Amino acid sequence: MLAYITKIKEISDRLLQEQKVDLIIGFRKGTIPMMNEPCFAKTASDVKNLVWDSNCGINLANYLTNRKEKIGVIAKGCDSRNIVTHIIENKISREQLVIIGVPCKGMIDRRKVSAAAGCEVTEVLEQPDGIVVKGLGVEKTIKKADVLQDNCAICIHRNPVISDEMVAEPVEEQKGVDRYEDVRRVEAMSPDEKWNYFEELLSPCIRCYACRNACPLCYCPTCFVDESKPQWVGKTLDPIDTRTFHFLRAYHCAGRCTDCGSCVRACPMGIDVRAFTKKLEKDALELFGWEAGMSLNERPTLDTFKPDDPDKFIK
Amino acid sequence: MKVIKIDKKHWAGGIEKSRSAYRLFGPVMVENKNFSDFKELAAGEMPDMTATDTRTSPKSICFPPEEVMMEFSTDETRDDCNLMKVPAKDYSPRAVIGIRPYDAAAYLIVKKNFDTPEYRDPYWCDAYAACTFIGLAVNEPGRLDFSTSTNSGPFDEIGLDVLLVDMGGHYFAKVITEKGAAYLKAAGWEESAGDGAEQQIEALKVKAESMIQTTISFDRIKEKSIMELHGADFWDDAAFACINCGTCTYVCPTCWCFDIQDETRGKSGVRIKAWDSCMYPLFTIHTTGHNPRETKVQRVRQRFMHKLKYYMDKYEDGIMCVGCGRCVRSCPVNIDIRRVCQAMNG
Repeated sequence: MLAYITKIKEISDRLLQEQKVDLIIGFRKGTIPMMNEPCFAKTASDVKNLVWDSNCGINLANYLTNRKEKIGVIAKGCDSRNIVTHIIENKISREQLVIIGVPCKGMIDRRKVSAAAGCEVTEVLEQPDGIVVKGLGVEKTIKKADVLQDNCAICIHRNPVISDEMVAEPVEEQKGVDRYEDVRRVEAMSPDEKWNYFEELLSPCIRCYACRNACPLCYCPTCFVDESKPQWVGKTLDPIDTRTFHFLRAYHCAGRCTDCGSCVRACPMGIDVRAFTKKLEKDALELFGWEAGMSLNERPTLDTFKPDDPDKFIK
Repeated sequence: MKVIKIDKKHWAGGIEKSRSAYRLFGPVMVENKNFSDFKELAAGEMPDMTATDTRTSPKSICFPPEEVMMEFSTDETRDDCNLMKVPAKDYSPRAVIGIRPYDAAAYLIVKKNFDTPEYRDPYWCDAYAACTFIGLAVNEPGRLDFSTSTNSGPFDEIGLDVLLVDMGGHYFAKVITEKGAAYLKAAGWEESAGDGAEQQIEALKVKAESMIQTTISFDRIKEKSIMELHGADFWDDAAFACINCGTCTYVCPTCWCFDIQDETRGKSGVRIKAWDSCMYPLFTIHTTGHNPRETKVQRVRQRFMHKLKYYMDKYEDGIMCVGCGRCVRSCPVNIDIRRVCQAMNG
């Protein structure tokens, strides 16, 4: 994956020079280990700053919403599926985009790396045989597979589903992955156990809405929690309000979530926000055979009706 | 200045003893998480003095994320219908154990907002008056600590009543105020550290300060006009990645903005003061629907202009940042106040 950046820069330079796009949306090197910052590049000198490594987990589809320019956007498998969703939901048009596809082998979870290091991480180097982590007096090499983001470890769509340019040959997709082991575990719980599980899950929430804001699906002009005329949800840490926010947000993502992991990555309190969306993703797949963002030619499962719908009430 | 020696064998006993006179607050590991946070210590619970830093700041001890200011009833058969009443509050003495010097410095910044000659927020002021701050010097500053650039520092005493210094087998407790002396007495720690303690502390201080790896400069911001900075061309670039989540403002020890909300259930209601954030569109939207800070760039600019320019001009006491590095560490998209400050100062 490290070799991609040369190609990304080459394509970006060409697209800008030929005026096929007004800007490129990608990543530049972050100021702290394991963090890259989403950025735009409009000039050749901006392009020089672009980077690509396993710290590009932010979903760049989130930066396309309602933009007016012609944009070259760098897209991993999950970004590309959210770009498809954006196009279907009219948040950007296909004609505005030049999609620079990046076959992805997964992004690393900075919290797992920090935990594995056992100290404050000062430098992380990505090498073909592993991730070298340096801290105060500590240097360790860890396997990338051990510190992948949870969603990346079970990803089955690493290659972009839509692209205009590819930076490399497709990578092999992971086979035989059990995507829903954790969901089944929750499904098997008694109602009381489930209640406690979700209460505990949400207890650290500070209602900052980082999960919502990092999510490319959450683009409502005014989110229901921000409505003030009338106000639907209270502003405090009252558990009822916190639950309402998380439950409703998850349902708004039903049949749309690509399991990109942005919500988990963004949460400052380390909440596994995917615990909500994954159940809905599993339902969409099992009930309707639907995976979000796979094709521009199919209407999303929740805005169409099919005669073989599994629910009786709708027939 | 008096220095007390606390043998770590007497630490737990002293903490326990002080409970009879103080409510205790301190850093504790959050269950199943790899980080600690400040909270009120339950019976028998000890502050985690090895915690490198807390995820959110201890500002919440006097400025909780939500606080009932008043209660009321909307029952028209009652004489006190719709009359706001302050509920009973517990302002008995609190000891904040293990607060870091930069967080104590932040309290004095927040005080400028809640305790002014014209207005006094009784909730914050009364809680603050109840607090005794037992700080813990930072022997090994983290790599995002830039507190020496912001009128604070790993051994700074501003805002503290006692500064504890971890010496391995014991703490030295530097007594800074009468309040601090009273707490140490209540804990039964009264053994004088004897000669040489101050020198030992000073040596550790010099060492800690030399470990600080990152600094910021804001000397030129003062000379620039507000309009020059407001209209600068770097804001689009600085704000691009921002997702307006507000994490930076929630983890910040100096962010003091709040919202006031009335919540009713049946016929009883409460008026609540709850954290708010300049990152949110709702923060500034008018009843007309007009929003003077409608775009993300405007909101990001506001946050940094407030911290690094408006505060500086209004209070003439440095910047509204103590260099704890929490916002840098917690930002999901790597917006870095050091980078923005550099652009503003450039």
